[in-house]
Amino acid sequence: MALRTFSAMDSNDARFNYVLRLGDNALVLGQRLSELVTRAPELEEELATANFALDYIGQARLFYSYAGELEARGRGEDDFAYLRDEREFRNLLLVEQPNGHFGDTIVRQFLFESFYVLQLEALTDCSDARIAEVAARAVKEIRYHLRHVSQWLVRLGDGTAESHARVQQSLDDQWRLTGEMFAGDEVDETFRLNWNGPQLEQLEADWSSRVDAVLAEATLTRPPAQWMAGGGRQGRHSEHLGYLVAEMQFLQRAYPGARW
Amino acid sequence: MSSIPQQAGSLTLEDVRTLLHAVADPEIPVLSIMDLGIVRDVVLEPDGVEVHVSPTYTGCPATEVIEQMIVSKLQRNGVERVTIKRVLSPPWTTEWLSETGRQKLRRYGIAPPEHAAGKRSLLGRSAVHCPRCSTERTTQVSEFGSTPCKASYKCDECLEPFEYFKCI
Repeated sequence: MALRTFSAMDSNDARFNYVLRLGDNALVLGQRLSELVTRAPELEEELATANFALDYIGQARLFYSYAGELEARGRGEDDFAYLRDEREFRNLLLVEQPNGHFGDTIVRQFLFESFYVLQLEALTDCSDARIAEVAARAVKEIRYHLRHVSQWLVRLGDGTAESHARVQQSLDDQWRLTGEMFAGDEVDETFRLNWNGPQLEQLEADWSSRVDAVLAEATLTRPPAQWMAGGGRQGRHSEHLGYLVAEMQFLQRAYPGARW
Repeated sequence: MSSIPQQAGSLTLEDVRTLLHAVADPEIPVLSIMDLGIVRDVVLEPDGVEVHVSPTYTGCPATEVIEQMIVSKLQRNGVERVTIKRVLSPPWTTEWLSETGRQKLRRYGIAPPEHAAGKRSLLGRSAVHCPRCSTERTTQVSEFGSTPCKASYKCDECLEPFEYFKCI
């Protein structure tokens, strides 16, 4: 879909794309976290990441079914998950990053969920009742995750010299992927104007101060302001997403129309 | 108001509620879905029943199983048309768990959620009592457990491991 200028953006089209992005963030991160089943560093963390994954996939389903209704072309949750190519996904680059080592996983989770929890809180006040009620349900789940990953960030950052160095490196590596969360486009702007959607400048300020507070407790250094990567929300992804999508969609591609 | 049907088939509202009390949570079979507080409303219609259900967690795999169980329970008892309406708002909270439900959980070996659910008790640390010996001297082993609604604990007195139904 070609991006249109802001003034020409149809408001329903903007709302559909806004919901689709929410669904894509949730599905892609849920799929990533599922990869840790049977290979997390310890049993408790396997339980945790599997529980996270379940919450995300549940949230993705709610967003996708609503996106399908808004689009009104007969597509449902499975069509969005299994029958779109990589370029049609509208998730943030951050959530598609590989799990890496445990510190990488925790940092990715911390940076994204610190944002997502604020986005959901803001969405509980939006004037689209359906989005508001999904957000109210989801925010309770994400708060619980965020508490868990924040504790891990502190434990790793303020742990041994080795764990500190490695998690600081994870933070430095992923920082350039955080700018995209606040780089609004016509979808965000149209959604904000028509449905009282989140103010991205406000989210960024709140995110920044919350992140700084946890980093300070973890004795980690906030990376310097730098060039920020972007494009995921417009369908231009890192090479990692294609592999994730290929694995996730294998069954539907090999046996089209297969049902559970 | 005469337009509201008093019966669905041969069943009254009370009959339907009694039947729903016999539908067990598939993951914690000692609890009925009524104990769990996820049935938000039962509406009698001329040709059937509409049951309003709130999922506990968005991704809880039991949600769909529970809906199928409700439909088959009511149909086997003579209700022709059963409609399930999924209600997200207000979101389900452990405050809706009934007192009977709490007692059943404790007897089953799962510590029931501490009262005053919400942001504070979800994110703060409140004392969890061992369901076996009731002591407060317990330790959290993991914030997560075998289902989305539980965390894992152990008792420091009787040394039993147990699950805690977490507040949300």
